[in-house]
Amino acid sequence: MPSPESVNIYGEITSNFSRRGVIDAMNMIVCVKQVIDPEAPPASFKVDPANNKVVLPPGVSLVIDPYAEYAVEAALRVKDAHGGRITALSLGTELVPEVIRKPLAMGVDELILLEDEAFAEGDSWSTAYALAMALRKVGDYDLIFCGREASDWDAGQVGSGIAEILGLPSVTLARKIEVTDGKVRVERVIDDGYEAVEVSPPALITVSNEIGEPRYPTIKGIMAAKKKELIIWKPADIGVEPSQVGSAGRRTRLLKLFQPVHEGRCEIVGGESPEEAAANLAMKLREAKVL
Amino acid sequence: MAKYRGVMVFGEAKDGKLAVITTELLGCGRKLANDLGQEVCCLLVGANISSLAQEAIAFGADKVYVVDDQLLKDYQTDSYVSVVEQVARQVVPGVILLGQTAIGRDLAPRLAFRLGTAVTTDCIELAIDPDSKLLRQTKPVYGGNAQAIFTCASYPQMATVRAKAMSPLERDESRRGEVITIKASLDRQTIRTKVLEKVVEEVVGIKLEDAEVVVGGGRGIGSADGFKQLEELAKILNGAVGASRPPCDNGWVPTSYQVGLTGKIIAPDLYIAVALSGSSQHMAGCSGAKNIVAINKDPEANIFKQARFGVVADWKVVLSAFTSKLRELLAE
Repeated sequence: MPSPESVNIYGEITSNFSRRGVIDAMNMIVCVKQVIDPEAPPASFKVDPANNKVVLPPGVSLVIDPYAEYAVEAALRVKDAHGGRITALSLGTELVPEVIRKPLAMGVDELILLEDEAFAEGDSWSTAYALAMALRKVGDYDLIFCGREASDWDAGQVGSGIAEILGLPSVTLARKIEVTDGKVRVERVIDDGYEAVEVSPPALITVSNEIGEPRYPTIKGIMAAKKKELIIWKPADIGVEPSQVGSAGRRTRLLKLFQPVHEGRCEIVGGESPEEAAANLAMKLREAKVL
Repeated sequence: MAKYRGVMVFGEAKDGKLAVITTELLGCGRKLANDLGQEVCCLLVGANISSLAQEAIAFGADKVYVVDDQLLKDYQTDSYVSVVEQVARQVVPGVILLGQTAIGRDLAPRLAFRLGTAVTTDCIELAIDPDSKLLRQTKPVYGGNAQAIFTCASYPQMATVRAKAMSPLERDESRRGEVITIKASLDRQTIRTKVLEKVVEEVVGIKLEDAEVVVGGGRGIGSADGFKQLEELAKILNGAVGASRPPCDNGWVPTSYQVGLTGKIIAPDLYIAVALSGSSQHMAGCSGAKNIVAINKDPEANIFKQARFGVVADWKVVLSAFTSKLRELLAE
């Protein structure tokens, strides 16, 4: 737990006892990422092979990463139950205001952006490092939430990386989170079910989709989000050199980015009616010795 | 980096046996080690796991390191990261391979950051670059819409590997290897989490990841009732039922039915995909199927791109006719 006298970046006294009166009211930070809409049709997906980059196809929008939305939802549920405060933290470049403000519209209290060219094109290492340094600057937190992975690079490392850098315990792949008497019970998804794990704050939790659908922002929430002053931090604000973050801070090298080719030789089985087509399909599978 | 040598496979046990993923990693690790002219070892961490060491050797390990301690009975991030870190600093492998499993997903990133190196998760192909001798790591990205090849600038080079992406070696009991026991030296105080309970969902019939025939349903199935028709077909074919994410998120089927990037990885002989669009995220879990059959009313659905046979029509009509015809054929 943070010391009782700590004051956060907003100049507020942040002790659990003096500010909130109850120990289960948590100070929470959620890391969110802006990505290309992963629900866009696969046919629209394009890679620029010369530059090893993904091209944003026309008509496809940028969104908050779906797993990060589950993380926001997880934090909001803890706040609904026990009170507390939620800050969203996002690292990126060319962040779209309407997109990146969505956590605010969902009910998050503050939004901090690490927005600078220096943060661009990092890998899990340099991204986790920058986020960890920003979290260290925020200082006062009980729980940090991340999505289990982001839908662009599907790495699933940044959460654990932040925890390691900050020396915090981590519980990954959460499907349910309950706070009781200052302790956190996390159900985490395992291969054939789940396990319940207990951890004491401060801790980092990565959230899986099993937590349940994120809430929709209300009209009131959207209006309030528009008026919120955003906090923007540059590398110097979090005490890092540009060479430690983004592409300069990478530990991995991307040699090649390409789209796998599918042969696309599907034999469409027809018939006079759907019933006949279905019967023909069964015969085909028999002929082809698939069955 | 001369001092970093050999390939280390982080082994897992399942139901008291060496997990299939570990045999796959040993098969892959053996090949990489041969290409490097080095050894492959297996690290076994847990409680009462010493008996699996010979099995790891039979599947290709030159050496097996065993850390057997009651404190390691349950997987916990703090204890396992600490033990594997300790062994990695002692053995100094050039490559560490883990499975993309519940344990591997949690352990690998944290271990990489602890060791000051990077990991590429969910690899489907690994090779030694003939010139640089670096590990070329291929992984699907953007939910499977693209693939990326990475190398790592620091040692040890680490990767987690997707289930069923690699082939195990033929089990050979005549293979010889060395078993080395390492003490855990764990301080209970440093384990900051406590496992309260473990709930394993009972599977009736064949397990999804082991089934030779899988019938998968998507958003288009529309209800829990709809899945009963899929169960019926699966039963006739002695197969299992799976689903894409929407039916799981909607509670029509248990979340353990999910096939895909964040669910189960299957590679059956036959996958019958019903009312399922074939999103890249889903295909990531079933593209290893030998034959995919698609039933979907949308002729533009992505699933037809990867299917061998397809029927374009309402699944409800097709499925019942298909099921009765199959009954007829199988009775012959």
